[in-house]
Amino acid sequence: MQKLNYRSHSLVPYLLLSPTFIVLLLFLYWPSINSVFLSLFKQAPFGRKRIFVGIQNYINLFQDPAYLNSLLRSTLFIIFTITIGLVFSLLLAVILNQNLKGIKFYRVIFFIPYAISPTVAGSLWVFLLNPVAGQVNYLLDLAFNIQVNWLTNSFFAFLAIIIATVWKNMGFNIIFFLAGLQAIPDSVYESAEIDGAGAITIFKDITIPLLSPTTFYLIIMNIIFSVFESFGIVDIMTQGGPADSTNIVIYKLYREMFINFRPGIAAAQSVILLTLVIIVTIFHFKYGSNNVHYQ
Amino acid sequence: MFDLNRGPYSTYKKIALHLVLIIISFIVLMPIIFGISVSMQPRAQIFSYPPSFLPDRLYFDNYIKAWNLVSLDKILVNSILASSVVMLGKLGLGVLSGYAFSHFEFKYKKFLFFAVLFTLMLPMQVRVVPLFEFISRLGLGNSFSGLVLPFLASATTTFLMRQHFLTIPKSIMESAQIDGCGPFRFLFQILLPLSGANLAGLAVVNFLVMWNAYLWPLIIINDDQKKLAQQGVKMLFASSSERDWGIIMAGTIMVVIPTLIVFLLAQKFFVKGIATQGIKE
Repeated sequence: MQKLNYRSHSLVPYLLLSPTFIVLLLFLYWPSINSVFLSLFKQAPFGRKRIFVGIQNYINLFQDPAYLNSLLRSTLFIIFTITIGLVFSLLLAVILNQNLKGIKFYRVIFFIPYAISPTVAGSLWVFLLNPVAGQVNYLLDLAFNIQVNWLTNSFFAFLAIIIATVWKNMGFNIIFFLAGLQAIPDSVYESAEIDGAGAITIFKDITIPLLSPTTFYLIIMNIIFSVFESFGIVDIMTQGGPADSTNIVIYKLYREMFINFRPGIAAAQSVILLTLVIIVTIFHFKYGSNNVHYQ
Repeated sequence: MFDLNRGPYSTYKKIALHLVLIIISFIVLMPIIFGISVSMQPRAQIFSYPPSFLPDRLYFDNYIKAWNLVSLDKILVNSILASSVVMLGKLGLGVLSGYAFSHFEFKYKKFLFFAVLFTLMLPMQVRVVPLFEFISRLGLGNSFSGLVLPFLASATTTFLMRQHFLTIPKSIMESAQIDGCGPFRFLFQILLPLSGANLAGLAVVNFLVMWNAYLWPLIIINDDQKKLAQQGVKMLFASSSERDWGIIMAGTIMVVIPTLIVFLLAQKFFVKGIATQGIKE
């Protein structure tokens, strides 16, 4: 079949693409390439002078206990936000998948936190968790007679940013789980019920496996979210503290560049993150559609 | 209780379901509800124990104080401007490039399309260091142009516009071509009028993305008068040294109100916009 299109206007497509490519090349590609370049140099604070140091910045980073700690913290942060976030979101999505009058109203409510910025989410949770006037501690005191120093204790501060991140991203996860649940035909459940399977068995043996493509996609997206988007939450809630317990990689990178003024080291950290994103994306494209079966 | 076969339910079950949903909705909205509640309480009430869950009376002083403390009038206007410019830029450039990919055959098309999609792997956070140096060297540090320029093009918008344009039947283009309709007239008079819902959805998502952006504005804008809404939240914490929660929450609520309005007005488009981002093929 002949593909009809505007063949005679051979320059038009390039003309249409040029504004987009000018922006992408100048502000996306060039800085990314420059990250690699910058990471090979050492620069005096505020100085114009650059000294080529090869991969020394990377060697220093991987020998720096603070950076290794930051990597470890980020890994734990990713694992916990994803596990807790996806379990909660799936349960809520199942509840929201009921065929009930007015269910759309509830769905809208559950999506609201996703529209809210990380900064605002951080601000709201800092208030809720503060020991003096916040309601969370009051309720904990009432129920279990305990007082938690949320943001001044390393463990609880770490938990606090996990809670805020899970809350903020839940809406996104629910949207995809809901779409996934609705794509499962009712006939599958019906035949399972005829076979005498109980609700829990159906959920465990049918719903969860059939949702695996959605879950896989969400894990990938949540890795990206927790690595990058949590910057605002950390900056408002903990500024990386106490004792670097919430100093996740993206926050450390920011401090290296804009507080310690070490562009070389900061660029090396950018390149490490970039490598991570590329690995995750390749993983996504390679295994996303093949290994996870949908019926 | 939550059967996976999704109804129909008995009246008793319906009421039980609604109750559970209301309780969970309350928990989900709890941070916002308590934020609003405390923003309307005077200092004495906030710091009294046990904490009050509701304000005694309508009290708006915190809003006035927060407004003046971080000059919210300027900050909100700056944010509306920046978000609108970024939204228009992404839509404009996205429509043009999406059209190029959907309706034209040209050399290196596949490569260029891949080059657009590849930028999805280059989030702001990994290029912030050189980008900051680059923008500063251009003399655009602490300026509106420096703030919005890096955001003007978007792989997602390009991709989704292309996907949408591809759904418009080929026969429409054939007859337009036979009638001697040029490529630009075809885009503006035929394609765009058929794209209202998609443009609206992308407009909402792109506006909110910039409204919620934090890292780049934080780095590039130093001048208090030029700052954006999310920086305003940070300023609230920095300015009220004794953690005056009433003022901080009042300011936070004012920053989030535009988000909520845009979201609630356009939640259908918003959900669709996010959901289509998930389609990779």
